[in-house]
Amino acid sequence: MDFSWVPAYTGLFLKAFGMTLRLGAIAVFFGTVLGLVVGILSTTKNRILKPIRVILKVYVELLRGCPLLIQLFMVYFGFPYMGINIDISLTTFLVFTLYSGAYIAEIVRSGIESISVGQWEAGYSLDLNYMQIMFRIILPQTIKLALSSLVGFYIGMIKDTSLASIIGYSELVRNGQSIMNQTGRPFETYIMVGVCYFIICYPLSKLVPVIERKAARYDRA
Amino acid sequence: MIELKNVHKNFGKLEVLKGVDLTVKEGEVVAIIGPSGSGKSTMLRSINHLETIDGGEILIDGKVMGGSAKQIKEARLNLGMVFQQFNLFPHLTVHDNIALAPKLNHRFEKEELEKTIDELLTKVGLLDKKNNYPPQLSGGQQQRIAIARALAMKPKYMLFDEPTSALDPELIGEVLRVIRQLADDGMTMVIVTHEMSFARDIADRVIMIDGGVIIEEGPPRQIFSSPKNERTKTFLKSILEREESVKEGLFTTAGIEIEE
Repeated sequence: MDFSWVPAYTGLFLKAFGMTLRLGAIAVFFGTVLGLVVGILSTTKNRILKPIRVILKVYVELLRGCPLLIQLFMVYFGFPYMGINIDISLTTFLVFTLYSGAYIAEIVRSGIESISVGQWEAGYSLDLNYMQIMFRIILPQTIKLALSSLVGFYIGMIKDTSLASIIGYSELVRNGQSIMNQTGRPFETYIMVGVCYFIICYPLSKLVPVIERKAARYDRA
Repeated sequence: MIELKNVHKNFGKLEVLKGVDLTVKEGEVVAIIGPSGSGKSTMLRSINHLETIDGGEILIDGKVMGGSAKQIKEARLNLGMVFQQFNLFPHLTVHDNIALAPKLNHRFEKEELEKTIDELLTKVGLLDKKNNYPPQLSGGQQQRIAIARALAMKPKYMLFDEPTSALDPELIGEVLRVIRQLADDGMTMVIVTHEMSFARDIADRVIMIDGGVIIEEGPPRQIFSSPKNERTKTFLKSILEREESVKEGLFTTAGIEIEE
């Protein structure tokens, strides 16, 4: 194995590392915001909101039921087909946000529904309204419950950003390919790429038990 | 005054309340007894609109309970509720459990609220648990906090839905003591309970519900000593026999009698 070429490509690796981080952060942040909104709306009982709930259900099921790679292709080829031209970064951000939003919406929805109905009743009997109960009583408990599955999903999402290389978004894998072409060292290059993913994902995975311990600290007598 | 007029409630095809009439005057303590599934909890929950009734009407101080969300919210201001399962907010400390609703409803100035919380916690004997979280407390302690939480909204009426049914026998007394103290303070209360001796001691009036209707009502002495209705007699007999067998140390579990 020969890693002597690495210093010369440090800049390129760092740039690619940054691009992966950026895509991961966007998917995580906007996906979480979108997922919270969709997840909360999906649990409402209001009759007027029923059509919106149906549309959101279709969105969540469609995106969860179709591989991310296919969604990337559909938008990448579909938009120009419809006469819409957006650049690769925007395409990638859009697809990743919608995809992670659909998954996070499901985590949020099932979390909200797992909170005992007694919590709602206690809130209403204390003269609180829907929004106050949702944001002060239900969501904090939901997030505490869902936090480890959320972080697990975030880790998966960051690893899935590698798929964006296929439509030409220049993240770690994409840049790894061009480095490999230039150096002729595929094995060492992919080891370096793997190390980069590990640097992002490992601390996140270590966060899960910390969060769980923190969340459980009040539950003991 | 709480008034129920010909209240009907269905769950699907099942008619749970079949025309209930009841008036609770200010300062009165009303105990509601009856077998499981008789509709007593549903009736209590209808009073603060946790159940929407299908017929009749409920008046709180002459105003109809129901209508718009705003009307319901206004009527609920006068009603405190304590649940069988306590329903404390597990992610908030005891202090924040009590403070949340008065704060969000702008019930007090900040200092006044703090004073009220301390007073209430002293009243239920749990001032030292102010900064604990509900899962760190026993069932009895949690229920006493739930009572303090309801009282913090300064309700005119308190509704208790089987407040001791989820508690271990040795923890029931501490909760009943707090409720008794409230009765002594003159609080108007409607209590759904299976604690017959407690109902006998504390209530001004006992209501027996069966099959979704009030089948008998009267002062506790009359209901417990000389019930007129056959079903009341049978119900009380079965409960008292069980209480007696507990006292004598005889327990019946799944058909097996254990003598201690």
